[in-house]
Amino acid sequence: MNIIVCVKQVPDILEVSVDKETNTLIREGVDSVINPFDLYAVEEGLRLKEQYGGQVYVLSMGPPQAIATLRQGLSLGAERGILLSDIGFAGADTLATSYTLAKAVKKIGHFDLVICGRQAVDGDTAHVGPSLAEKLGVPHVSCVIKIHEVTEEYMIAERITEDAKEKVKLSLPGLITVCKGINEPRFPSLKWKINAARTRVEVWSAHDIGADESKIGLKGSPTRVVKMTTPQHHRAGQMLEGPVGEQVADLVSKLRERQVL
Amino acid sequence: MTKCEVVIVGAGPAGIACGYVLAEAGVDVIILERGQYPGAKNMFGGIFFADQMNKLIPEFYTEAPVERFVAKKHYALLINDSEVSLNIDSEEHKKPPYNHSYIVRRSVFDKWFAEKAKAQGATIICGTAVTDFVWRDRRIIGVTADTADDDDNVLLADVVVCAEGANSMLSEKAGLRNRLSMRARCISVKEVIELGKDVIDERFGLTAREGAAYEYFADATPGMLGDGFIYTNMETLSVGVGVVISELYGRRNPPSPNQLLDRFKNHPCIRPLVKGGKTLEYSAHMIPMDGFRNLPRFYTDGLMLVGDAAGFVNNSICHEGVNMAMASGIMAAETILANRQERRYDARALRQYEHRLKNSFVLQNMKNSRDFIDILRTHKELLNNYPHLVQDVITSYFKVSDVPKSTVKRDISRMLRSRVSVVKAARTVMALMRGGI
Amino acid sequence: MGIRVIAEKCSGCKLCVKACPFGAITVTKKLARIDIAKCNFCGACVEACKKFNAIELIYENVQTVDKSKYRGVWVFAEQKMGGISDVVFELLGKGRQLARSLAEPICAMLLGDQVASAARDLICFGADKVYLAESEQLGVFIEDTFTEVVTGLIKEHKPNIVLFGATSIGRSLAPRVASRLETGLTADCTGLEIDPATKDLLQTRPAFGGNLMATIICPNHRPQMASVRPKVFKPVQRNELRMGRIIKYDYKNHTLTQRAQLLAVVKEAAKTGGIAEAEIIVAGGFGLGDAENFKIIEKLAQAMGAAVGASRRAVDSGWVSLPNQVGQTGKTVRPKLYIACGISGAIQHLVGMQSSEIIVAINKNPQAPIFNVADYCIVGDVLEVVPALTKEIEKIRLAEQDELTVTDGELESQLVSSGVRQS
Repeated sequence: MNIIVCVKQVPDILEVSVDKETNTLIREGVDSVINPFDLYAVEEGLRLKEQYGGQVYVLSMGPPQAIATLRQGLSLGAERGILLSDIGFAGADTLATSYTLAKAVKKIGHFDLVICGRQAVDGDTAHVGPSLAEKLGVPHVSCVIKIHEVTEEYMIAERITEDAKEKVKLSLPGLITVCKGINEPRFPSLKWKINAARTRVEVWSAHDIGADESKIGLKGSPTRVVKMTTPQHHRAGQMLEGPVGEQVADLVSKLRERQVL
Repeated sequence: MTKCEVVIVGAGPAGIACGYVLAEAGVDVIILERGQYPGAKNMFGGIFFADQMNKLIPEFYTEAPVERFVAKKHYALLINDSEVSLNIDSEEHKKPPYNHSYIVRRSVFDKWFAEKAKAQGATIICGTAVTDFVWRDRRIIGVTADTADDDDNVLLADVVVCAEGANSMLSEKAGLRNRLSMRARCISVKEVIELGKDVIDERFGLTAREGAAYEYFADATPGMLGDGFIYTNMETLSVGVGVVISELYGRRNPPSPNQLLDRFKNHPCIRPLVKGGKTLEYSAHMIPMDGFRNLPRFYTDGLMLVGDAAGFVNNSICHEGVNMAMASGIMAAETILANRQERRYDARALRQYEHRLKNSFVLQNMKNSRDFIDILRTHKELLNNYPHLVQDVITSYFKVSDVPKSTVKRDISRMLRSRVSVVKAARTVMALMRGGI
Repeated sequence: MGIRVIAEKCSGCKLCVKACPFGAITVTKKLARIDIAKCNFCGACVEACKKFNAIELIYENVQTVDKSKYRGVWVFAEQKMGGISDVVFELLGKGRQLARSLAEPICAMLLGDQVASAARDLICFGADKVYLAESEQLGVFIEDTFTEVVTGLIKEHKPNIVLFGATSIGRSLAPRVASRLETGLTADCTGLEIDPATKDLLQTRPAFGGNLMATIICPNHRPQMASVRPKVFKPVQRNELRMGRIIKYDYKNHTLTQRAQLLAVVKEAAKTGGIAEAEIIVAGGFGLGDAENFKIIEKLAQAMGAAVGASRRAVDSGWVSLPNQVGQTGKTVRPKLYIACGISGAIQHLVGMQSSEIIVAINKNPQAPIFNVADYCIVGDVLEVVPALTKEIEKIRLAEQDELTVTDGELESQLVSSGVRQS
């Protein structure tokens, strides 16, 4: 089966913090990494390939530095890495992003399955997977935690919801987004690392994928960020002093006053 | 299982130089590096003698990330609270190729050099620790990385070059050397201190990309075999001390390396040079000091050792390491190229590598300074009595007073006679000339 | 859309460099340069450059839709087995405010099999109109069919704003709908307002793991779509007297494709003390040190009849399981009382619990950010404070029960049978 895995390069979100004085992000020393959810997507693609045969392609959109992320995909065992990079793609929201990815998938040609991580940790929207499925005109299942069976026509996947696990039969070609817990991503092997170092990551421009200029990047994005602020969540906290016994007694009486005890 | 012609373990100066030459000749070569990028594990910030580099990439200094070239050399004896020094400030050294002496930071420089090798066609794989060799019929035919039980982690090659650096486990596994003795190592601690280019230029009398290399002896490491140094990077200073480990741990209350460095930095002649700076990083590392007499075997069936892994560090006053590493890497590559037609890399064929080393400055310089450390160790007066004497002589002679100079001269010669045995001094000098410097 | 620096006005002061959250601006030779590949056109630099007015955003006025034709604030009424999800009532509350400031109606769309009775509930909870689509095929949630019906409804009635709950269904459905309608969608909004000047929807959501709040608009496309996590907004009160219209939607004009099929549902065993619905949450963090110490959190929770929450690090350390995690990667909670024990208060945690009514923080480090959001702060060792608090609470509970026993024997037996009092 031919599998396309979409990956994104993101700042290591746990390292990002805000400079309290200037209200801006401190970016120095923050590494770019592959979106953690995408690692599960790559791993699941590789496992399906190993079980059913075929090829895994990794696809990303981003600045030229994102080649490193595709190389990481190659070093895990993907056959081909494609980066969509073009100044015209800049400023894309999830709609423009899924349009762009869809154009690239169509250029790749035949596929059986597209796998995306459930969401990217920098944007946290979980939009691109379903939106891409729509643009490709294929069905999708979100939040897949297990794949039970794959045939040429369909796959049976288990998705996770707030209170249940649901077994869904999805006709192929289709798209799934995967959750943490679906697998344990492997470490790159020497063989695939060498392969990655020796495989050229293809870089496609807007022209290469035949994208309509009005549908990519900022122009193709209906949404627009108009303001960035630092979250204000200050409360006038009351410090409870004294030895532990007093602190606790004080707290209890305060909570009773406010009728939560 | 993946296969290539040559696999090189370690992307330092020796490994990259070897890979560069091989790739240039069209050899299918893969370099495996433990760090996340070439130079990642390297704290080296110091003098780089670069005539080998210049042969490989002519006028490399026009594009490589070198901090400064060495315009001024300063050798000094620190004694109590004063110093007696020799300054070498030559206009010749300020013109290309700058006496082939540069100050580089390896974490930046190695990355650049690796890119050059890649451009020649070498494949460099980082984040990969080689754990063992693959053997067949008592001959090395490849390496395994990380987890050995998986075919995907085996890389076969016609020949392996080990450029692993000082703590080479692989050369021990190949049976080419024994575990290094503590005696045969030097511990070096270093701080990178930020001062800004303007302050550095002013304190050391430099302009533009001129740099200074200051080496200190005697009381830099009081009573111990060692030295201290200050090198000027562009915006920072590398300040450190090195001491032979046996000197440190042979004592009842050995000072810690940090204490040695602090003491050095607070010497009245050093303090003005480093004061007001902000310490950006601190590092400590081991330098092998096998010396000529304790060198390992350099080759076996299917394997050659290059650079620090082969112990190619010159223990002399010149601190020559990187240059020799590159030279040995190049010679290993040349040996491979000479045998490539027949694809024979057994021990007999690789003996040629040793011949090349013997006929080059690498082994000849090592041989020349073969006894340097031993002489210093056995002639402690070189680091203690003589420097103090020199200082006493000079300070008495230049002391401004109403004592007539003739009297001063008489006093000095009396002092000399009482503190130095002419015969012994002559012997020390002879020993040094023969096998020290 | 673009951005430009007016060279003759730029003084090279670097205020814009500091203001740019994306690190897209550099100043060389006293002139600011904007790296268009990094720029998100957020306008922070324009704001920062008010003194010189040297940076301007260039808008291309592409009016793709006639906005006046789009009216009404809609809420997707997610239901399971005929029961409307709580998040819908929260959205109806917020949606009503928005509708009022626009002077437009608030509507709900309800899809399912035999769910008409729930339509009445939606009216009681504030909907002016309910668009009802009923079919066997809509009995369970399948992306294909729901997308078909929802887009059909939207195309026909042209709402101005459509809100979804950011639930597993909403998160899967909304992007598909937005993609088919070629309109904008903003995920996980924590604030929704109408811009008084433009009448556009101002959608505020956390960005960069909650380190920043971004305000997003969708100026040239309709409808404006947004999703909101459960528990972010307050639900409206039910009012039996409210009137509204139920409009049956004749989806039969559409051929419902169904390329996916639900085969089986395995309900997860009802989790005791689920944090999403709890009125009181006692949460523990990395400051507890180990799994053994974490048990004091469980004890306190038990004494208070509270649910157990946890920070990401406590969950990652394996002291407590994932469903208990509060924060950006876990759940958003809004209990009456949140007691944070040994939680330092990383921004990712704060975004998940800061709208709790009362927050108590117990931490040994007086500088911990958790104290910034707390109403009551105790600086001290959690391992001392928490057990002391547990003891105090237990004492009160006993006293209460004694009181009850004396005054009313019947009530006492009820309490025992309902499990409030432990016998």
